Amino acid sequence: MEQPAALTLPDPPTSALGASPAFVVELEAFSGPLDLLLHLLREEELEIADIPIARIADQFLLVIHDLGLNQAADYLEMAGRLLRLKAQMLLPRRSEEDGWEDPRAELVRRLLEYQQIREVALWIGRAAERRADQYARGFLPPPPDLPPLPLQVDLVELLQAVQRVIEGIPAPVLHRVVARPLDVEGATRRLFSLLEEKAEFGWYEALGPAPTITDVLSTLLALLELARRGTVSLTQAAAFAPMVIRRDSSRPAD
Amino acid sequence: MTPLAQLIEAALFAAARPLTAEELCVLDPDASLADVRTALEQLREVYDFSQHAIELVEMAGGFQLLTRPAFAQALERAQFTVRASKLTAAALETLSIIAYRQPVGRSEIEEIRGVSAGGVLRSLQERGLIEVVGRSEALGRPLLYGTSPMFLELLGLKDLSDLPRAEELSIAIQPARPLTPDAEDAAAYVPAES
Repeated sequence: MEQPAALTLPDPPTSALGASPAFVVELEAFSGPLDLLLHLLREEELEIADIPIARIADQFLLVIHDLGLNQAADYLEMAGRLLRLKAQMLLPRRSEEDGWEDPRAELVRRLLEYQQIREVALWIGRAAERRADQYARGFLPPPPDLPPLPLQVDLVELLQAVQRVIEGIPAPVLHRVVARPLDVEGATRRLFSLLEEKAEFGWYEALGPAPTITDVLSTLLALLELARRGTVSLTQAAAFAPMVIRRDSSRPAD
Repeated sequence: MTPLAQLIEAALFAAARPLTAEELCVLDPDASLADVRTALEQLREVYDFSQHAIELVEMAGGFQLLTRPAFAQALERAQFTVRASKLTAAALETLSIIAYRQPVGRSEIEEIRGVSAGGVLRSLQERGLIEVVGRSEALGRPLLYGTSPMFLELLGLKDLSDLPRAEELSIAIQPARPLTPDAEDAAAYVPAES
């Protein structure tokens, strides 16, 4: 008669976790999922050859969940592998059945292989440290970082870049201050010629066509000077009324 | 010291890199390779016996004069030298795999480490510690990597045989063997009979 299938009961998922509530791991401390797995096995003092898959799978999931490693594909792949193994270990099997292959064998082989590599890595790291203790003559420290790659642009790109730079330059705001002296003498000459023509004229006539500010000021100063000298008399019929310039005949021009 | 040993000393002092015995032969047309090796041995003894602060070191197939390790700390503290930056754990593991499995492809490295290896391989290549040694016949003809002479220089090794042999490691790789069905409960690892 065949033996009834022997079931391997899974460990209650809380058993291992509750035992170490203050279990803290740093992602940076691990160089990969196998490293994390080895760490968990060491932590629980478990044999690589005989991994309680259910317990270690739960722990693994808890750790990568706590670490927020949901994006890390490498860890997720291992998590999936562990869950598959956990399921396989739950399948009923006959105890003395020949040809049953432990589904954990592949994982065990990988862990041992990885552990061996870790041992070599340790040896290599120590050798490099020993070697770093010795300096050759004229030792130059290695450059901390590679220099940036040489720039590769074609002429069109270069010209476009130049164009963009030129466009970005703000237009210069320049105020050219030009000294423009008032031409009082010129205005005086113009007024005299007007006075030769007529005995009386208005302010706008005195200014001439299209006067500039300089013209206005020059004419005003010239008129005031002529009035002071008594050559002309300035009259206004009322406040703000147009100014009338009249030849002052009582006194001759000098 | 023999004149040849003196000549070699001058060459090693002046050269900015390790010199091989073959290169040192050029110094004296009458000297054989054996003569050079004898002179090198004599030079090493001179440095060792007269308590020189430098020693003659053979690595990566060449010879170089190096300060003795005892002075590293003092030199570094005085900032006359800058210590080479340490390799990361990922870089060391990847170098280990390549050193023992070369020529080896990226996929095998990733399979052993359980993580992607692209970035590490690139930085190791940039540091000149590994080099492409060929292409696999497998699908896609992936690149195969091997260690470079600079790897030996980094570790101060004469050649790859200076690396510990697999049987010297505490963990020897065991072939994948089926476990006994009740292995999960049993403490012992019982290999199936072959």
